[in-house]
Amino acid sequence: MTETRVLLRDIDEPGLNTIDVYERLGGYRALRKALLDMEPDQVLSELEASGLRGRGGAGFAMGKKASFIPRGSMDKYLCCNADESEPGAFKDRLLMQKNPHLLIEGCVIASIAAGANKGFVFIRGEYAHQADVLDAALEEARAKGHVGDRIMGSDHSFSLVVHRGQGAYICGEETGLLDALEGKRGNPRLKPPFPANQGLYQGPTLINNVETLCNAPLIIERGAEWFASLGEGNSTGTKIVSVSGNVQRPGNYEIELGIPVREVIYGLAGGPPEGRELKCFFPGGSSAPVLTAEHLDLPLTYEAMAEAGSMLGTASVIVVDDSQPLVPLALRLAEFYRHESCGKCVPCREGTNWTVKTLERIDLGEATPMDLEILAQVQENIIGNCLCVLGDSMAMPVGSLIKHFREEFEQHIEAARREREREEMTALGAGELAAVEEAGAA
Amino acid sequence: MQEVGDEGALRAAPLPPGWDEAVDVERDPATVPDPASVAVPEGLRKEIEELMSRYPDRHSAALPALGAAQRIHGWCSPTALSQVAALMQVTPAYLSSVATFYDMLRTEPSGPRYIYVCTSVACHLRDAKSVYDAILEEARDQGLEDVEIREFECLGACDMAPMASVDGRYVGPLDESDAPELVAALRERRDVLPGRGLEDPGYRLPAAAPREAPPEEPDVHPAGGTWRDQEL
Repeated sequence: MTETRVLLRDIDEPGLNTIDVYERLGGYRALRKALLDMEPDQVLSELEASGLRGRGGAGFAMGKKASFIPRGSMDKYLCCNADESEPGAFKDRLLMQKNPHLLIEGCVIASIAAGANKGFVFIRGEYAHQADVLDAALEEARAKGHVGDRIMGSDHSFSLVVHRGQGAYICGEETGLLDALEGKRGNPRLKPPFPANQGLYQGPTLINNVETLCNAPLIIERGAEWFASLGEGNSTGTKIVSVSGNVQRPGNYEIELGIPVREVIYGLAGGPPEGRELKCFFPGGSSAPVLTAEHLDLPLTYEAMAEAGSMLGTASVIVVDDSQPLVPLALRLAEFYRHESCGKCVPCREGTNWTVKTLERIDLGEATPMDLEILAQVQENIIGNCLCVLGDSMAMPVGSLIKHFREEFEQHIEAARREREREEMTALGAGELAAVEEAGAA
Repeated sequence: MQEVGDEGALRAAPLPPGWDEAVDVERDPATVPDPASVAVPEGLRKEIEELMSRYPDRHSAALPALGAAQRIHGWCSPTALSQVAALMQVTPAYLSSVATFYDMLRTEPSGPRYIYVCTSVACHLRDAKSVYDAILEEARDQGLEDVEIREFECLGACDMAPMASVDGRYVGPLDESDAPELVAALRERRDVLPGRGLEDPGYRLPAAAPREAPPEEPDVHPAGGTWRDQEL
């Protein structure tokens, strides 16, 4: 076993979602320490020193982000991004369902560091059960005085509300999330101004992913030094890896950052089904460009994945085995982004649509190899030309599939076209067919 | 995939309903409804008023409020929108702009129950489409009505793939042979596939590795020893 269970240490404990069990296992001790034994600046510098990077995909240093929040007595907000919608990601679901108090404690600790007084957990509407669990846990925490006015007798007050979304991938983008939280369509905003200065209700806002916030109590309790000693280089700590797709044991595994990808896919998840070989994998959710078998020995870190031309993202590994044709996969991928594009920026709205149309042509046998060039051009024109990275998130994996498996795409075009021609001939009927052949011979 | 009609015709994505209906330009746009003129069910009024009180700005309650109205009306019908608009003191147009954006808010008549079958990337790799087709066909055969059945984008349960969300309860892994029982249970309003829901007690993935050895602990407490030794 190469799991390093820190966040998931007690995850199988029955009743962990209740405050009694959570406190018996040492819960809310970190919060007490942060409130009563530490100054807010110390909490912030501890988070900064830990090197904890955002677990929601972008990998931005969490402490640094919190330090951008201006000082002053105005309303400041903390938003927990629990809109986990990236295909392949399901780690936050596990944390919220089994260990909601860890998230609540993390939110309060982050609010101390950022000086925030109001917090919202934006949870996707599909996670109805997890939202109920979180609501119940929050009720317990309020009753015990761990959330609310003058927490544990200190000067810090912090209110927390669970806000349920209604189903839109784009609300996982931080500014889209803010608009959705303000009750609008979840369209991303132009940055700058960044949310740290002008976010929710135009106030300073810190936005963090569920897993990032869940790490905060551990860092406060055991120290930044301990946290930084885990992992490798600038990728400190542990990471929950969600493995799915064509593997024998899909699931969430917590690992120390820096172990080889092979260990995760073959060691923990059991590798592709019996008799199958790995064809490619998405190392960080469907938005990450695919990597192939030659990348299996790379360490799973933010840096190594970026160097290989992909990204760690949410560390949601989707494995594709050699039985999978890639054109339908690319098509399904593109359809997802076409559906979820909010439509605000033209390159994304039109680019995702034309990618789907071109891939459909390929699948139906109406394409020529030149369509691959057009497809690649469309992707190039999306990347970097929109307010958010949703379009890029389609362009990069689709582009990488074509790059790594161009031959298969070309073969698919040919095979599908031949198939189509044969069908058309059959549809013409035997008599006509003979006539056509005769005409051809003459 | 749509049928190709004429040779060379473009396969367009299905257009949203009402796109080609003429707009009544004579009619004035709906304004913020007078609360006294709209009858609202008492439960809904209470719920939305409580929701609005949670936020510094009442507009923030729009999403959960529409969700609540939808649970009563089945979909975001004009009646539902006018009730929410009257309570929140916003225009129905504002609410309709919100309702048309989000996947879980229905803008066509339907009952409040639903089956979302995830067919996104990870589920696609495990042949979720055939599960969806089987459920759809079974629902047609058994005459299951008033339940919205649709393909859904990633539901965040790729470990259970292929899976579906039945009224918010995640069930999986599914295969085609589960369709008759799933549809029958919904039709007869029984529990759907008991024991196979993510929230059911003792739920386990069929392929989950048994946990024997206690998981490894990082032996790196700054004060020496494992951090467990340092427990208070």
